[in-house]
Amino acid sequence: MTANDLRNLRNGLAFCSLWLVGMGVFTVYPVLASLYYSFADFSVLEPPVWVGARNYGRLVHDSVFWLSLKNTLVYVGLSLPLGMLVSISLAVLLNTGVRAMALFRTFFYLPSLVPIVASSMLWLWIFNGTYGILNAALKPLLAVFGTTPPTWLADPDWAKPALVLMSAWGVGNSMVIYLAALQDVPEELYESAQIDGAGWWRRIWHVTLPMISPVIYFNLIMGIIGSLQVFSQVFVMTGGADGAPARSTLFYALYLFSTAFYDLRMGYASAMAWILFLLIVGLTLLATKLSEKRVHYGG
Amino acid sequence: MLVALLLASCQQSDGKVHITYWEKWTGAEAEAMQKVVDQFNRSQDKIVVEYLSVSRVDQKTLVATAGGDPPDVAGLWIQNIYSFADHDALLPLDDFIRREGVTTREWLSRYYSVYADMCEYQGKVWALPSTPTTYALHWNKAMFRAAGLDPERPPRTVQELDAFSERLTKTDPKTGEILELGFLPQEPGWISWAYAQWFGGQLWDGREITLAKRPENLEAYRWVERYSKKYGLDRIKAFTSGFGNFASPQNPFFDGKIAMVFQGVWMNNFIRQFAPGMEYGVAPMPTAAPGLERFTVADADMLMIPRGSKHPDQAWEFIKFVSSHNPEASSQKELRGMELVCYLQEKNSPLSHWSPFFTESHPHPFIGLFRGLAESENAIHSPKIGIWQEYGREVNSVFENVRLLLESPPEALQFAQRRVSDSWKIHRESLVRRHPEAIAEKDPEIRP
Repeated sequence: MTANDLRNLRNGLAFCSLWLVGMGVFTVYPVLASLYYSFADFSVLEPPVWVGARNYGRLVHDSVFWLSLKNTLVYVGLSLPLGMLVSISLAVLLNTGVRAMALFRTFFYLPSLVPIVASSMLWLWIFNGTYGILNAALKPLLAVFGTTPPTWLADPDWAKPALVLMSAWGVGNSMVIYLAALQDVPEELYESAQIDGAGWWRRIWHVTLPMISPVIYFNLIMGIIGSLQVFSQVFVMTGGADGAPARSTLFYALYLFSTAFYDLRMGYASAMAWILFLLIVGLTLLATKLSEKRVHYGG
Repeated sequence: MLVALLLASCQQSDGKVHITYWEKWTGAEAEAMQKVVDQFNRSQDKIVVEYLSVSRVDQKTLVATAGGDPPDVAGLWIQNIYSFADHDALLPLDDFIRREGVTTREWLSRYYSVYADMCEYQGKVWALPSTPTTYALHWNKAMFRAAGLDPERPPRTVQELDAFSERLTKTDPKTGEILELGFLPQEPGWISWAYAQWFGGQLWDGREITLAKRPENLEAYRWVERYSKKYGLDRIKAFTSGFGNFASPQNPFFDGKIAMVFQGVWMNNFIRQFAPGMEYGVAPMPTAAPGLERFTVADADMLMIPRGSKHPDQAWEFIKFVSSHNPEASSQKELRGMELVCYLQEKNSPLSHWSPFFTESHPHPFIGLFRGLAESENAIHSPKIGIWQEYGREVNSVFENVRLLLESPPEALQFAQRRVSDSWKIHRESLVRRHPEAIAEKDPEIRP
């Protein structure tokens, strides 16, 4: 390294030193500390005591842990495809040149601007079994078949589907990303496809989707990460971290939270956090592997 | 410089010591406590208490204590005492009490014994109550009259409760939909964790978790299960899904959907606010086990000094003030400390002596009943065990699974028993590791 290189290195480090300190103090250190705590008996209030892999060993036998994992995977498995379907469909619709398009785009994006607690309170009323607008609409429809709508959040069988439905409300962000990608698809590809006799559906399937596949891949990964950590809306709508009714909405992050902050078992909760981290890494790698052949980075 | 800044922030220009007091209350309840704080600040010229309403105050106190900068006084809940004490997060009050020239026994004898008992754990005093409650049966007299029941005669046994409930229940003759219901164990179910004890059972014997070990506990959950079976789970779900928030006119007790509920001393306050003019009565909970007359659940808001408080002596002075009252008070102006806050919050006082004004001019028309229940020998409070947060959640899960008919009572109890016993084992292991000396004398006295 020449003297010049050294000077550049020093200056470069000096310029990003603030960020480095922030990253170190607020991200790297807590992450590494939580790794240590996951091998310790730690209540936050006293110094941690090393207990080896005991926390991980206990997790294997913790049936509520497995239940929370199952609940979470069911939620991810339902909300992720639904979210992608809704956001891509909306983006495609909002990409057709009808009038007042800017207005429609704004309308469909608006829900994403509502704070999560406020929208949770709103959905709480939508799902209300007696006065809720959803059941007011469903009741006459289902009466034709002689059944009544479920009570949603009050019913252990329907609470998860209700939260999945609600998740589609927040697709605005990914919708905007899809919309941007759609506008990048070259017009001439559609034209030549049309000349080759492709209909609407075949143009979507063979031109649009391959062209926006990197964005689909990106949104898929973000969706996996986000929905595995689902917390706030459940905490607000089911009244705490119990996963009411009957633990049907006890998701991973809720169980982790109550273990850490109600039961003061931070070590155990740290172990859960690390397993969640590994799970997210694993699913992301899997998604990358599976989509390798289907994601096209066009010029 | 940091130290200088810190010092400057406490020892302010007025030369007084400023201490921080974190409390859960907002609104009218906070205003009531603020009046007592003002009274204390005026009563002497050395200490200024700064009241701060803090949401989720237990978790914030926990984090602040772990970070070494807790408030000087924290207003928490009873279950926090035992877990915080187990984790060395509180200062015991014994030395402060002895400094007043009395023994802790003498100090605590000023309270009704159920409240005194909450404060003591592992042979030490960790907290003192601010405002308390006891739970009682509240019933809607108009609904009783409409159902042909004597509106002045509440159910006295659990069998009567069930029978009255049936009389009070109205269904739509065509659809079978429930329109009104006499009683539901889960409405509002705030003391559903105590149903086992109400039936004469026990959750904790001082050494072990006894959730699935007492036949009375099973009896209690069979009773819960019977309600779902009798009135139909789906019909109950449909009925309860229309209930509004507790603090709203759509509260099912206020709008005449549920005729009987177990509630605390605050209920009168809410009725005046959301259902003015409602005709209701208050009586002890019906007897569910032979000999367990006048059963009640007592609860209290608790003042504690977190470990790491910068001004423990001044904190004690404030707690002492809140724990005192003017025994001679004959007007609202003369109320002091405990009686002032309990009067303004319309609650009973946990102190066994009440001043003439507090007794006679209390705004709650049934205050005597709540006072009497605090004296009952069958008054219980949540178990004194460091893992009660978790245990209580498991008990709640048993209750949920049973009432939703997802599990039979024995199954649900066995499952929770295993889980909580495991947690207790782990908790006890870390206690032993941290306090090998304390554990020998650790098995404390037991409340039935």
